[in-house]
Amino acid sequence: MVQYLLMKIFRALVTVTLIVSAAFVVLRLSGDPAIIILGPEAPPEAFEAFRRNWGLDQPIWVQYFKYFAAVFQGDLGNSMRDGRSALVVVGERIPLTLAITLPALFIKLAIGLPAGVMAALYRNTWVDRLIMMLSVAGFTVPSFVLGLVLAMIFAVWLGWLPSGGSDTWAHAVLPTVTMGLVGAAVIARFTRSAMLEVLGQPYIRTASAKGLLWRDVVRNHALPNAAIPTLTIIGFLVGSLVAGAVVVESVFSWPGVGRLLVNAVANRDLAVVQVILLLVGLTMVGANLAVDILYGIVDPRLRIKRLQAGS
Amino acid sequence: METLLSIKDLTIDFDQGKRFVRALHGVSLNVARGEVLGVVGESGCGKSITWLAALGLLGSKARISGSVRLNGQEIAGAPENDLAGLRGGRIAMIFQDPSSSLNPVHRIGRQIAEALKLHRGMTGASANAEAARLLDRVGIANATRRLREYPHEMSGGMNQRIMIAMALAGEPDLLIADEPTTALDATIQAQILDLLTELRRDSGMALVLISHDLGVVADMSDRVAVMYGGRVIEEADTGSLFDSPAHPYTRGLIAALPDIDGPRRRLESIPGTVPAPDQLPPGCSFAPRCAIASKICDARVPAFLPYGEKQSHFAACIKCRGGAPTETASMPGNKSALVPA
Ligand SMILES: Nc1ncnc2c1ncn2[C@@H]1O[C@H](COP(=O)(O)OP(=O)(O)O)[C@@H](O)[C@H]1O
Ligand SMILES: [Mg+2]
Repeated sequence: MVQYLLMKIFRALVTVTLIVSAAFVVLRLSGDPAIIILGPEAPPEAFEAFRRNWGLDQPIWVQYFKYFAAVFQGDLGNSMRDGRSALVVVGERIPLTLAITLPALFIKLAIGLPAGVMAALYRNTWVDRLIMMLSVAGFTVPSFVLGLVLAMIFAVWLGWLPSGGSDTWAHAVLPTVTMGLVGAAVIARFTRSAMLEVLGQPYIRTASAKGLLWRDVVRNHALPNAAIPTLTIIGFLVGSLVAGAVVVESVFSWPGVGRLLVNAVANRDLAVVQVILLLVGLTMVGANLAVDILYGIVDPRLRIKRLQAGS
Repeated sequence: METLLSIKDLTIDFDQGKRFVRALHGVSLNVARGEVLGVVGESGCGKSITWLAALGLLGSKARISGSVRLNGQEIAGAPENDLAGLRGGRIAMIFQDPSSSLNPVHRIGRQIAEALKLHRGMTGASANAEAARLLDRVGIANATRRLREYPHEMSGGMNQRIMIAMALAGEPDLLIADEPTTALDATIQAQILDLLTELRRDSGMALVLISHDLGVVADMSDRVAVMYGGRVIEEADTGSLFDSPAHPYTRGLIAALPDIDGPRRRLESIPGTVPAPDQLPPGCSFAPRCAIASKICDARVPAFLPYGEKQSHFAACIKCRGGAPTETASMPGNKSALVPA
């Protein structure tokens, strides 16, 4: 088991390193931060000083190795925009992002799980069709479109909620609901198919043949089995708590990590982009590991297999 | 003998979206108290759905008509709650694939205890003790330890024993065993059949033994019903079925049996396959595969009528009215009237 987890962590670290490297190369080759940050009208000496200051005058592979050497010493670099530590710049945005992604996660689960279960239990009836219609709508419509439509209705027409900014709690409602609804659609669909798969299994027929009422068959036999694959998608959602709000934050001008990322990429503010990528990578990896460990706990078949595989 | 379960004119149509397809065409079968009824036929003949429908386990896609009486009381179309009370209690059922018929996330003990609670109101320590006794009864050693294990920790044969223990938990009057040994290898198969024989002898419960293999059914059954294309096409007590099989399909099944005592020979399987429910020929559904079929066989579905001198032997074949088929020279079955002891 331990061996298995270490292997997974190692693989995840390789993945994160590759992502960070790719981002490094792309950002460095795709535009000059000096021009973007100082503006094209700045005097040539200013450009030169800026480039020397940030090491941009060196060959890219030297910059690359210097960056990684610093990272391994715990120095993630500073923002080119205001010179503050990139870690601090990103860190102060995290609570703002969590303020909308955590409630959104709750909405996703509170709507998506029951809707998926109901759709499966009432397969091919109007209940199922209605839920699936909404679900398909929910994830084919891009979240920025849904966000704009909600803003149109509740901010522009009804005037109940603000359409952008972050001054009050009311400002968090539209971005949260937008994200929650899109996520609920995905979860509903996934849960439905997990549930249908389980309902078709022979042990469900056994449970009925035993004399259990249908609701007990569902509660004691179908739900625990359907929960296992559903864990994967919940883990994925938890893993995207930090980074999953890029689009919605931009639509509603919510100053979280996602919007910071968009701005930092536009500015070629490398250190900030890299900190965000690392953060995203690590939350994903963390969530993934948590799911893996949970799998081992809830699925007795895996419990045994892993015990045999690991030491 | 007192009739325990009586199925009459059972018809099943499956909702295929645009239309209904009839998979069972008026099946009538009786099971007497304590009797063993064998049900044979190749895969897809309607053996499983007959009994699943009787227990109301086919789901909402199936439209069922006909009558199912348990001790004279109609249970077809009974409210779900009433049916649930019968299932596992009066009538238990075990299935073909024991390993996937048990819930993978629950311990064996819990799955048996569930049945004990439902039908005998047992909980806690008494349920646990009874579950251990049942495992012991079906020949599982270390019963108390096994109760804490999961189905995937056991072999298919063990899991079928557990399914049987679970079925016994409700002390049923009738056990329906749907291909209980098909997924198991030959030695285990024999052990499970022996166990069923022994349990039946001790408890006096009736048994419906479903198999595509006539050999499995032959030794244990008092009576055998042969199904083909969603109908019963022959029914007789076991001796008479083997002594004087009427229907060419039955003869084909007998010919396909390995001959235990006689000289080794190649098994002769019936050429062709069972037609799908929506592709049945107009007359006798076996006619396209039948060596002695002629034009009249396609005219209409043959009636199920008494055969030979025995009052209890019935067959549905125009060619074998009142005696053996007349043109049997090409039939594989007629040279070997196998009668297993
Ligand atoms: N749920 C279902 N929907 C549609 N057709 C079904 C369903 N269950 C069984 N059938 C059809 O009914 C026929 C009889 O099936 P079954 O009783 O399982 O055969 P067997 O004799 O092998 O047990 C088969 O042709 C099968 O395809
Ligand atoms: Mg079957």
